[in-house]
Amino acid sequence: MSDFALVCEGLVKCYGDVTAVAGLDLQVRRGECFGMLGPNGAGKTTTIEVLQGLLEPDAGRVEVLGLSWKGHAAELRQRLGSQLQETRLPNKLTVEEVVRLFRSFYRRARSGESVLAEVGLVEKRRSWVSKLSGGQRQRLAVACALVSEPEVLFLDEPTTGLDPQSRRQVWEIVQQFRRRGGTVLITTHYMEEAQRLCDRVAIIDQGKVIALGAPAELIASLGAEHVVEFSVGDGATIGDEIYLGLPGVEAVSRDAGSVRLTASRVHVVVPRLMHLLQDRGLELHTLTTHHATLEDVFLALTGRHLRDG
Amino acid sequence: MADTRPSPIVQLTLWRLREFLREPEALFWVFAFPILLAFALGIAFRSRGPQAIQIAVEDGPLASLTAADLRRSPRLDVHVLDSAAAHDALHGGRFALVVRPGASPAITYDSTRSESEVARLVVTNALQGAAGREDPIAIRGVGVTEPGARYIDFLIPGLLGLNIMGTGMWGVGFGIVKNRTEKLLKRFLASPMRRSEYLLSFILARLVFLGLEVAALLLFGHWAFGVPLRGSLLVLAAIVVLGAMTFAGLGTLVASRARTIEGVSGLMNLVMVPMWIFSGVFFAYSNFPDSVQVAARVLPLTALNDALRAVLLDGATLWGTAAELGVMTAWAVIAFALALKMFRWE
Repeated sequence: MSDFALVCEGLVKCYGDVTAVAGLDLQVRRGECFGMLGPNGAGKTTTIEVLQGLLEPDAGRVEVLGLSWKGHAAELRQRLGSQLQETRLPNKLTVEEVVRLFRSFYRRARSGESVLAEVGLVEKRRSWVSKLSGGQRQRLAVACALVSEPEVLFLDEPTTGLDPQSRRQVWEIVQQFRRRGGTVLITTHYMEEAQRLCDRVAIIDQGKVIALGAPAELIASLGAEHVVEFSVGDGATIGDEIYLGLPGVEAVSRDAGSVRLTASRVHVVVPRLMHLLQDRGLELHTLTTHHATLEDVFLALTGRHLRDG
Repeated sequence: MADTRPSPIVQLTLWRLREFLREPEALFWVFAFPILLAFALGIAFRSRGPQAIQIAVEDGPLASLTAADLRRSPRLDVHVLDSAAAHDALHGGRFALVVRPGASPAITYDSTRSESEVARLVVTNALQGAAGREDPIAIRGVGVTEPGARYIDFLIPGLLGLNIMGTGMWGVGFGIVKNRTEKLLKRFLASPMRRSEYLLSFILARLVFLGLEVAALLLFGHWAFGVPLRGSLLVLAAIVVLGAMTFAGLGTLVASRARTIEGVSGLMNLVMVPMWIFSGVFFAYSNFPDSVQVAARVLPLTALNDALRAVLLDGATLWGTAAELGVMTAWAVIAFALALKMFRWE
């Protein structure tokens, strides 16, 4: 048995002139939660749909649970669970009717009641889908994916558009599934989600993996774990080399009028920075500091924000 | 929830049924609307017997005498007017003809209107009789009003066919396209659901409602207007089921590629509107020129309507409607085969 639940090698998928996935390699280990992080249009959904057997790749090799889709589609569909972006479940059915419908497709399935308990929708089981909140609907979509007790769970932006509390509820469901040994492939453009849930993350941009590793490793690759971001009054520029001269500053980047310093020791850098600006007679407009995130990794790699698309 | 695994085909069919029953508007269009339509048309075109013919007599010295002679005929409603007003009203269609009194009276009438022609015969008879003509022989008339030959008898089978077409095409076609736009089809594709069971569930759900739909309209026609059912119920059921399959097939075909509700609605109308006109729903297609009739007979709704009328009104057997059943079967087979070939799941 292969150690990997999911494998992509040299995956290519084009839509007309647009290349959505341009030679992507991916290996997801059994039992791990693997995140694909990237802006809209990076090729995350296309990749996940190829792995789910919904799209034929133009080139490359795909293996799911050690099998290829060709000739094993019926078996694989029994062993995978999917939540797709934008699926609207039948509005006029009740929660338990929807779960029962999905449950009927699988040879081996859990009881609807235990799935609803797991996603926290037992009280809502008699409500129509149309009466559910966005978060409840999304949990129902995940319940439909979990009802067969799949070996691999695919989640395509499961928390997009949800409020923070609903988001945490979905995370809790994913973590429970993992504790039972399930493998998860999740796409997201929320850094916090990836950092919280994923053992490893692939940062994807323009159809390729541009960075791969545990979230902490990727952040550590920046060389320092804090970011100091500030903007100053007039156009007077200070050269990067002067900032780099400040103790603990590892990198400098500029973004829409503000300067970002990646630094290891904020408490040392900030007073020195104040001093420097004061000496030059520059007025400080904004100043923020935060722990470096995967967003900063993406920014460092591409010069763009994740959310910019 | 029970722990035994539910059957997918039952669950899919239940879903279709629930979706329909929980949509009050759909219930109205399928059950109430055809009955309301039958009721309104049945009242508007009810058999009232011949009405009095409206005629005018030009005012003048002999007018009152002539008018009195004509009024003895119960079929005539006589108005005395001055010449100009009478002729204006004749051109406007209010009168069937105008009589100018005299030693030899003149009748002005429109020979292209059958009502006008009938009026001329009645007026001629009345005036000749008043002048003393004797009829050489006596002729007896025997009146009949037989159920089966009235407009409502023609209409009810037509509405039945129309309803089977409408619910079949909309029920299946609209449902599939809705699932596609909601990305549910794609979600099902990611599960081990059998595609054949998905499509079959639409047909099974159709069959459940079909019986109710047909019974509602037929019973209404029978109770309210005495529309007959002369053939066997079994033959009727066979025709109705085949008709429903045919239009479920056409509905699937129309929905096989459409990506939007607007797109499928346009296609539906493109397919259905010609059949409203050419398939003998509200009026007989024998009113069309011969070449058009040949084309009309090939339409699936024409075949269904003809078969329904043959069974309901003439008591035809299954064998007697073989040609119509053949036309429907051909449509059903071709539509399903094409639909399955073209079907787009996402």
